[in-house]
Amino acid sequence: MTDSKYFTTTKKGEIFELKAELNSDKKEKKKEAVKKVIASMTVGKDVSALFPDVVNCMQTDNLELKKLVYLYLMNYAKSQPDMAIMAVNTFVKDCEDPNPLIRALAVRTMGCIRVDKITEYLCEPLRKCLKDEDPYVRKTAAVCVAKLHDINAQLVEDQGFLDTLKDLISDSNPMVVANAVAALSEIAESHPNSNLLDLNPQTINKLLTALNECTEWGQIFILDCLANYTPRDDRESQSICERVTPRLSHANSAVVLSAVKVLMKFMEMLPKDLDYYGTLLKKLAPPLVTLLSAEPELQYVALRNINLIVQRRPEILKHEMKVFFVKYNDPIYVKLEKLDIMIRLASQANIAQVLAELKEYATEVDVDFVRKAVRAIGRCAIKVEQSAERCVSTLLDLIQTKVNYVVQEAIVVIKDIFRKYPNKYESVIATLCENLDSLDEPEARAAMIWIVGEYAERIDNADELLESFLEGFHDESTQVQLQLLTAIVKLFLKKPTETQELVQQVLSLATQDSDNPDLRDRGYIYWRLLSTDPVAAKEVVLAEKPLISEETDLIEPTLLEELICHIGTLASVYHKPPSAFVEGSRGVQHKRLPGSAGSGESVESPDTGSAAGVPDAPPAVIPSQGDLLGDLLNLDLTPPATSGPPPPATSGLQLGAMDLLGGGLDSLLGGDLGGGSAMGAGFGAPPAATAAPFSAPVSGGLDDLFDLGGGVGMPMGAYSPPKTVWLPAMKGKGLEISGTFARRGGVIQMEMTLTNKAMSVMTDFAIQFNRNSFGLAPAGPLQVLTPLSPNQSIEVSLPLSTVGPVMKMDPLNNLQVAVKNNIDVFYFSCQYPISMLFVEDGKMERQVFLATWKDIPNDNEAQFQIKDCHLSSDAASSKLQGSNIFTIAKRTVDGQDMLYQSVKLSNGIWVLAELRVQTGNPIFTVCLKCRAPEVSQCVFQSYEAVLKN
Amino acid sequence: MSASAIFVLDLKGKVLICRNYKGDVDMAEIDHFMPLLMQHEEEGLLSPVMSHGNVHFMWIKHSNLYLVATTNKNSNASLVYSFLYKIVEVFTEYFKELEEESIQDNFVVVYELLDELMDFGFPQTTESKILQEYITQEGAKLEVAKTKVPTTVTNAVSWRSEGIKYKKNEVFIDVIESINVLVNANGSVMSSDIVGSIKLKTMLSGMPELRLGLNDRVLFALTGRDKGKTVVMEDVKFHQCVRLSRFESDRTISFIPPDGESELMSYRINTHVKPLIWIESVIEKFSHSRVEIMVKAKGQFKKQSVANNVEVRVPVPSDADSPKFKTSTGNAKYVPEKNLVVWTIKSFPGGKEFLMRAHFGLPSVENDEAEGKPPITVKFEIPYFTVSGIQVRYMKIIEKSGYQALPWVRYITQSGGTVATFLISAL
Repeated sequence: MTDSKYFTTTKKGEIFELKAELNSDKKEKKKEAVKKVIASMTVGKDVSALFPDVVNCMQTDNLELKKLVYLYLMNYAKSQPDMAIMAVNTFVKDCEDPNPLIRALAVRTMGCIRVDKITEYLCEPLRKCLKDEDPYVRKTAAVCVAKLHDINAQLVEDQGFLDTLKDLISDSNPMVVANAVAALSEIAESHPNSNLLDLNPQTINKLLTALNECTEWGQIFILDCLANYTPRDDRESQSICERVTPRLSHANSAVVLSAVKVLMKFMEMLPKDLDYYGTLLKKLAPPLVTLLSAEPELQYVALRNINLIVQRRPEILKHEMKVFFVKYNDPIYVKLEKLDIMIRLASQANIAQVLAELKEYATEVDVDFVRKAVRAIGRCAIKVEQSAERCVSTLLDLIQTKVNYVVQEAIVVIKDIFRKYPNKYESVIATLCENLDSLDEPEARAAMIWIVGEYAERIDNADELLESFLEGFHDESTQVQLQLLTAIVKLFLKKPTETQELVQQVLSLATQDSDNPDLRDRGYIYWRLLSTDPVAAKEVVLAEKPLISEETDLIEPTLLEELICHIGTLASVYHKPPSAFVEGSRGVQHKRLPGSAGSGESVESPDTGSAAGVPDAPPAVIPSQGDLLGDLLNLDLTPPATSGPPPPATSGLQLGAMDLLGGGLDSLLGGDLGGGSAMGAGFGAPPAATAAPFSAPVSGGLDDLFDLGGGVGMPMGAYSPPKTVWLPAMKGKGLEISGTFARRGGVIQMEMTLTNKAMSVMTDFAIQFNRNSFGLAPAGPLQVLTPLSPNQSIEVSLPLSTVGPVMKMDPLNNLQVAVKNNIDVFYFSCQYPISMLFVEDGKMERQVFLATWKDIPNDNEAQFQIKDCHLSSDAASSKLQGSNIFTIAKRTVDGQDMLYQSVKLSNGIWVLAELRVQTGNPIFTVCLKCRAPEVSQCVFQSYEAVLKN
Repeated sequence: MSASAIFVLDLKGKVLICRNYKGDVDMAEIDHFMPLLMQHEEEGLLSPVMSHGNVHFMWIKHSNLYLVATTNKNSNASLVYSFLYKIVEVFTEYFKELEEESIQDNFVVVYELLDELMDFGFPQTTESKILQEYITQEGAKLEVAKTKVPTTVTNAVSWRSEGIKYKKNEVFIDVIESINVLVNANGSVMSSDIVGSIKLKTMLSGMPELRLGLNDRVLFALTGRDKGKTVVMEDVKFHQCVRLSRFESDRTISFIPPDGESELMSYRINTHVKPLIWIESVIEKFSHSRVEIMVKAKGQFKKQSVANNVEVRVPVPSDADSPKFKTSTGNAKYVPEKNLVVWTIKSFPGGKEFLMRAHFGLPSVENDEAEGKPPITVKFEIPYFTVSGIQVRYMKIIEKSGYQALPWVRYITQSGGTVATFLISAL
């Protein structure tokens, strides 16, 4: 007989019938009824109405029945908190049961009932269970502390459970140790500053001992915890590595990856000339290779991590190319990852093999895979110079297949090869031109147009070819239009005599008939350039291009370091830092690799201590894909300056371009080009624009080249609202409190004026906060040292921390305060401007900003208007910066300034903003995007307050 | 740390059973899983991790089920997948087959197991043999007194209970090597590797201490003895019963075995191997009319050995029809649902050569969808023989009661798929 029979009752009045059965005297009938209830719950029916009846069955000596009732409770307690209290007695009783299985079951289940009222009753039984004689109960209780902490952190701290949990690390039973470590790590993760896991050599030693004895899962908890430790010197680092390496032989892939994480991290500290360092490197390769015979999902995780490992330490796997060859029956996600790693490992030694494989892949049927294989051939050519010729001929072979998507991919990569090896393979251009008509993807068309423009002097009919594209100019994608514009200008500069008409045509198409601002702006720039100074135009447009680098998609070194610290986790799979996808992780800590000790060699990570660690100079990586090559000034790839005054020009060329435009401005406005009126329109800013500081002389593209964050003056202090009365003397038995909040030097201050309006002296002041949305809590006692005599006032400044207990308030920024003195305790509530919580390091990287902006669903976007604000965009930006609202980029479109800004709250929530300012229009528009949209309203209020004061 | 909740879904995405471990992810989020999966599949971006808002789904598929873990933290992904596969293993041992029906038929036990396997996202006891001691399918029959936690659960030896008794103490050791060879169309070997595993069937009383001796070259180099052929194992993976630090320090494989069947260890060997059964094929495709296939198989192993249950799988176009076969031995069968001809030879002596011819008709209207070119694969088993030459030198069994125990050793070589890519000459 199977359980499926319980699913079959679908009669009407079922609940009623079940109720009767649950209250039956017969044990067997009761149990059957509970099973039916659970079956209904499983298929998603609401059986919460039976709560009291089910709970009545709880007191039973039948373990199976008890488990079912507990299961029911876990599901419905939250919806019926008042009734859940009914169950408490049985729980408490069960925690005393002679059978450890029942004790453990009770404490485990109680922790899963997330009802505040119940947690109080949980404390005593939990305290007993943590000291239980049976390890099964202790290991369950250890986890329960983490559960309880999740519901009520303060309670756990007050009850001293954290200390008991720490003691369990020294437990005699390895499974208890493992669970205690897991629970502590979990708690520490949500409170990074709590210093819970203060790992020292003694605890490390205990963990390493338990590592040999606990289950595979326990080993993972311990290894993941070890990975957070920073050894004091290279000797300690080596001895830990020695004790971790045996784990590489574990059958469980997750144990292996966690061990690899510890080793990769601690290896940083070993001097490279140490023999052991070499031994360790050799030991890492075989287990990594074996991971590729695991289940496909685990292979995928392994491959994503290997991708990081080969970037950090290419020497580990350099001889293992063959294992990354794609198997016929690999799932597509494994295939694509393998391809990526093949390219990373490609070298002169193995390139022949790799190319043979890639050529094979390019004839498969899976389109995405084939495309990536063709691209891979191009990347090999760029990476391994000796193979370039062979790669090009392989690509030509593939073009001959005439398979449409193969041809297009091939052309895209050949464009890159041309850039890497100029004047070498141009003989193939003729073959490429034959395929012009078959290109229907924008990227391939753009690549082909770039090639024609770049080599216009060698292609006899370049003008005809480009002209043919011009016919359907407006139907092309922006990418193609921009490329076509540039290509024709190049052509004109190379063969001015025959192509004057063509260039006129394209310029007018771009400037007059297009409503794409980028295209229009670029058209104008060319136009002005050509008309003002053709020689300069030549220098700019036909300037020598920087070579593209070998590795096109290396992960930025600081990010790579952080990801290495997260091996095996989702971050390592996404190749994104946890802060990019985990919301609200408090005071997000970016993990760093430890610095090396001993050896005097240049070290990858120069420091660990200082917060603003300077990464070693990032290699000049110029991504070759996804960008518009040969873009206007070939400068669009300049890495954005991160802070400080804007580099007025990072290269001479850039400066030249600026001057040129500046100089040309007046003459242009004079309108001697015939396109004067159109230009006036496009340039539509009122005279103010010309008088405006030079930082925004021309709208569009160029502005993006500069980081505008620094166009701002000295940051002013954060905005602080005027004091208001919080506690009137009427309610405070003569004590009047008025106050406000301020943020100074990264510390939130609660500034109060205490006035004694009573007749007697006041002493013994103390203050306490209720739990609040952002965990605000006094960082110290209230400093009122002298007694407050009648009619005396005193100014007090109370520093606040943000690590207190959290509870969502309504409104979000509401704070309930209790102030005590020798007379009484007084309660009041006040609202703090949320801008107090904006932290100093809230400036997001530009790339991260872009990605995050896209990533946050549109539903989370909120739009507000600020009226009557008479500030220029720059003044606004500087004002906002004073309150830690950072401008990351600025764009000007049609006289409207768009400021892109980021804000980080003290609990790690990021808010992204777009502020639109129209010169002369007192209404500003703010668009806020945040993963926690609840805060948007408060953030907007801060915007308004800051801008208007 | 790992999973917030675990779901078992049917193929349509309907939740069959689920367990909420942490309560930090809304259980309704699972409704996004199926649409997301379909969207990814359509875009050709299928991935084992998918995210929706700030919820991440990690999933595996087993028969007609999806097992999905949700999280909103930076979870240990490798742990989650290992755990999901462990669930499959445990459920399979409990219910023989893990599929939609067995979940429904046993939902009470499934809930109990989910409760025991993981707590607040931390995997706990996952040894199914031990779980079976205190979570049983016949819950009703159990007396309360009996359902105690076996001390094994929290012991350092968490995989074996005390008090096991056998009349006759024996341990069976199977050394199974599977070889993977990839041959390209020109007949050259592209890649080859050997994956071996040593499996135990332990029928020993008490808590025996075992030590396994192999002809491991590293060990022999360490001890200075060098007698006869030795084997270099590239990477070794052990069951958790093996003392890893002991192996690391002096290459001794010592352990207290789990009772019954288990995989003690697996290893990888990188030596170059030639295909044991060599395949040559000529496939001629006459568009719009027919395909003619000729396959020659040759046993390239010792004459004394015999390969059993040889299966040569030859792919054919999906639109082929009216098959005709001729074989010099064994028989050939058309498996249209897999687009394969399977040629089986019960026993294939070393050094022999056999031939198979097949003829298929093709429709006059051509299928214009491009088809993959799956390779020809060969499956077989050769008993009493390992390619690598690995040998069990000894198995020492010591138990405090001092009984005599007999170890038995068997060697088998399997094909993990000797694979030959081939050319189709289109005419």
